[in-house]
Amino acid sequence: MDITFRIRRYNPESGGKAKPFWQEFELKDVAETNRVLEMLHRVKWEQDGTLSFRRSCSSGICGSDAMRINGRNMLACKVLVRDVVRGEKNTIQVEPILGLPVLKDLIVDMEPFFAHYREVMPYFINNDPVPADGRERLQSQEDRDVFDDTTNCILCAACTTSCPSFWANGKYVGPAAIVQAHRFIFDSRDQGWKDRLAVLSEPNGVWRCRTIYNCTPACPRNIEVTRAIGEVKLAIQRGKREGIIDPATIPAKFHN
Amino acid sequence: MKIHKHEVVIIGAGGAGLMAALYASKDGADVAVVSKLYPTRSHTGAALGGIGAALGNLEEDKPIWHAFDTVKGGDYLADQDAALILAENAVDAIVELEHMGLPFDRTDDGRISQRRFGGHTSNFGEKPVRRACHSADRTGHMILQTLYQQCIKNNVNFFDEYHVVDVIMNGDVCVGAVALELSTGEFHIFHAKAILFATGGWGRVWQITSNAHSLTGDGAAVVFRRGVPMEDMEFYQFHPTGLYGLGVLLTEGIRGEGGILLNRNGERFMEKYAPKIKDLASRDVVSRSIYFEVRDGKGINGSNYVHLDIRPQTVNRYLAEAGETRRIDEDYIRKNLAETLDVCRTYIGVDPLTEPIPIQPTAHYAMGGIPTNIDAEVIRDASGTVVRGMYAAGEVACVSVHGANRLGTNSLVDLVVFGRRGGMKMAEFVKTAEFLPLPNNPTAQIEAEFQRIRNGKGKTRIHELRTRMQKVMMDHVSVFRTEDTMQQAVDELIELRRLYMNDTFIEDKGSKYNTDLLEAWELGCMLDMADVTAISAINRKESRGAHSREDYKDRDDVKWLVHTLGYRETDDPYAPTPTYRLDTTKAVNMSLADSDPRFVPKERVY
Repeated sequence: MDITFRIRRYNPESGGKAKPFWQEFELKDVAETNRVLEMLHRVKWEQDGTLSFRRSCSSGICGSDAMRINGRNMLACKVLVRDVVRGEKNTIQVEPILGLPVLKDLIVDMEPFFAHYREVMPYFINNDPVPADGRERLQSQEDRDVFDDTTNCILCAACTTSCPSFWANGKYVGPAAIVQAHRFIFDSRDQGWKDRLAVLSEPNGVWRCRTIYNCTPACPRNIEVTRAIGEVKLAIQRGKREGIIDPATIPAKFHN
Repeated sequence: MKIHKHEVVIIGAGGAGLMAALYASKDGADVAVVSKLYPTRSHTGAALGGIGAALGNLEEDKPIWHAFDTVKGGDYLADQDAALILAENAVDAIVELEHMGLPFDRTDDGRISQRRFGGHTSNFGEKPVRRACHSADRTGHMILQTLYQQCIKNNVNFFDEYHVVDVIMNGDVCVGAVALELSTGEFHIFHAKAILFATGGWGRVWQITSNAHSLTGDGAAVVFRRGVPMEDMEFYQFHPTGLYGLGVLLTEGIRGEGGILLNRNGERFMEKYAPKIKDLASRDVVSRSIYFEVRDGKGINGSNYVHLDIRPQTVNRYLAEAGETRRIDEDYIRKNLAETLDVCRTYIGVDPLTEPIPIQPTAHYAMGGIPTNIDAEVIRDASGTVVRGMYAAGEVACVSVHGANRLGTNSLVDLVVFGRRGGMKMAEFVKTAEFLPLPNNPTAQIEAEFQRIRNGKGKTRIHELRTRMQKVMMDHVSVFRTEDTMQQAVDELIELRRLYMNDTFIEDKGSKYNTDLLEAWELGCMLDMADVTAISAINRKESRGAHSREDYKDRDDVKWLVHTLGYRETDDPYAPTPTYRLDTTKAVNMSLADSDPRFVPKERVY
């Protein structure tokens, strides 16, 4: 089929009055199972080398190419053309994710996003000496499973930049940072959970979440983001982390 | 020009780079990590199945058995001292990853869970062993995330989206690197006592690859142009089950669960090539078998792919034929191969529960690369002379632990073990080493090369050249090789370089995020990798591991139990017609075979 790309462009070097604009590109001989990323490459490689976007793995695991496709956040490498073309001209509309400063075309400034990530202490904390036998710390598979869902996060920012609360207030840490905190808060081996809950109970923490639920469908890893945020809220309210996640209701995904 | 001064500079932020950063900074060394991607975008994250270590959590296992499997899997070209270190250090390194918080799956008694993986055995090949430590089917993702998290915790300096484009030498000593800051287009100098390259592989040299778009061999090309040889470049692994047309990897676990490879006539062709273990033969064997079928016109629709069938009725039919009692159903597949179902549906719109999956071999992993010793120090010749201040680890390096063919899971083992060793070695080195002065105007040559690319007034698109390179390498320097066809590839590469140097243009004339310019520069790196791969492959007149020649079908341990070192002879790093020299005098380390006959090369049968 032939398709029309409608792409939001912005060139910061086009003079003092650089402004974003829409540009259309026509592509011929597109297979319906081609992916949006491949078609962006065709535009860049065959028609306009200045079109700029981030990408790397092209298989949905690196998180580079989150963008707003027909108004919804997706990874361009994980979307088939047939699932997003619209109208008589088979149009696909692509623009940068919202809420972060646009630097050029589809490339946004990721620094504010990673700054929020760093705020929640997104790393394992356990100050006990390691086991004297030189082996691993012990953990039951059930304790491992309660935080399995949030270990899927690839920091693509699709959730955070789909969140109206984040659009309204960029100081809100956002869903991705909470997902990252969740991964450690509910890890039975981790000792930093109280500090993380303290950070997330601040005004720009979890309570800015209004349960709008944009984040969950935006996640290309199918993480139940809103649920994870809810579990963190509950842990803050109860002042403990035990008994909040019922192992029987853990989203069954990739269990070995 | 901004000059950044750090004792240790690490280039690349995948598993090897981050591991090195953590261990180099442990004793207080000042470390910076420079990467063309945000660290979490690195391709370590794409590794699926597991990381091998003889923890023995579920059954008896020993590092020496892991070393044996590594040596045998590598068709005896692996250096045996390095293979032993890989296997021994893996145990400590993986326990340390757990201490850093990595969420491994667990055994019933709460230890790290382990599973079987192709080629990993107990007691010197006796039977399969559970050695692969895993975290669901995203072990690489967990390793990458955990290491990045620990780097954040330890305040490692990161220069994200700084693309390293040259290495700075002072005589024979490595003193720094030049990077282009993507957001501004400005060049920066990184002045260091020690530089470690951890830039990964160059799968994008081939048309069908499992590798990320960013894997263009930059790090290897940069040091190659400054006189460091490339070791064993003829050994490049093609994974048999890449998704047709895309190369996205499908796990070996599909065949482990009973998936069958079928040709256009619906024949289970692996019965012919590996009567004993059939579809579960090693990667190089299966890839070659697919190639044979395609060549005989037995690809699907006569095309260059075959089917991988995991439908329960197919699997159960063959289980019954084999006299096995096990049967599978759709729920079993949904549970055990969830990621596979997702990948097939997402990328090609195929539902493996109702139709077979089209697959073809996909360029996957470089066994060769920048030669190093067992401490990740780069060496410049067959006698092991160290390039002072220069280190390499991970896929970009060739220790060599993988020899002629890498075993599954050992890529992750390699990058944690040698990233860790390199980090420790650099920490020790910088305690006594001084910052040596930078040469005058160290960015002049690389800036001129970028000017040349930017100002090109030719008529050939970079994309066209890249596509031609990828096609000729896929056709002639991949799974199966002959002198004639590889020579055709060399000739085409000469023509492509001529066009690259004289007849290209780019459209983006700006400074900020000029990915048009960077892609053009990356193509130059890939042409270097393609050249040295092709000439090394022509030169090795035998078949061993991933290097399989129709005109020299047998392994030749008398003549070819040696590593290849490929040198770029031309001093000018951007010469339009570079010449190369091959040295095949670097002996394979046989230290284990000296005292144990089981490590003496023999025919590799599974």
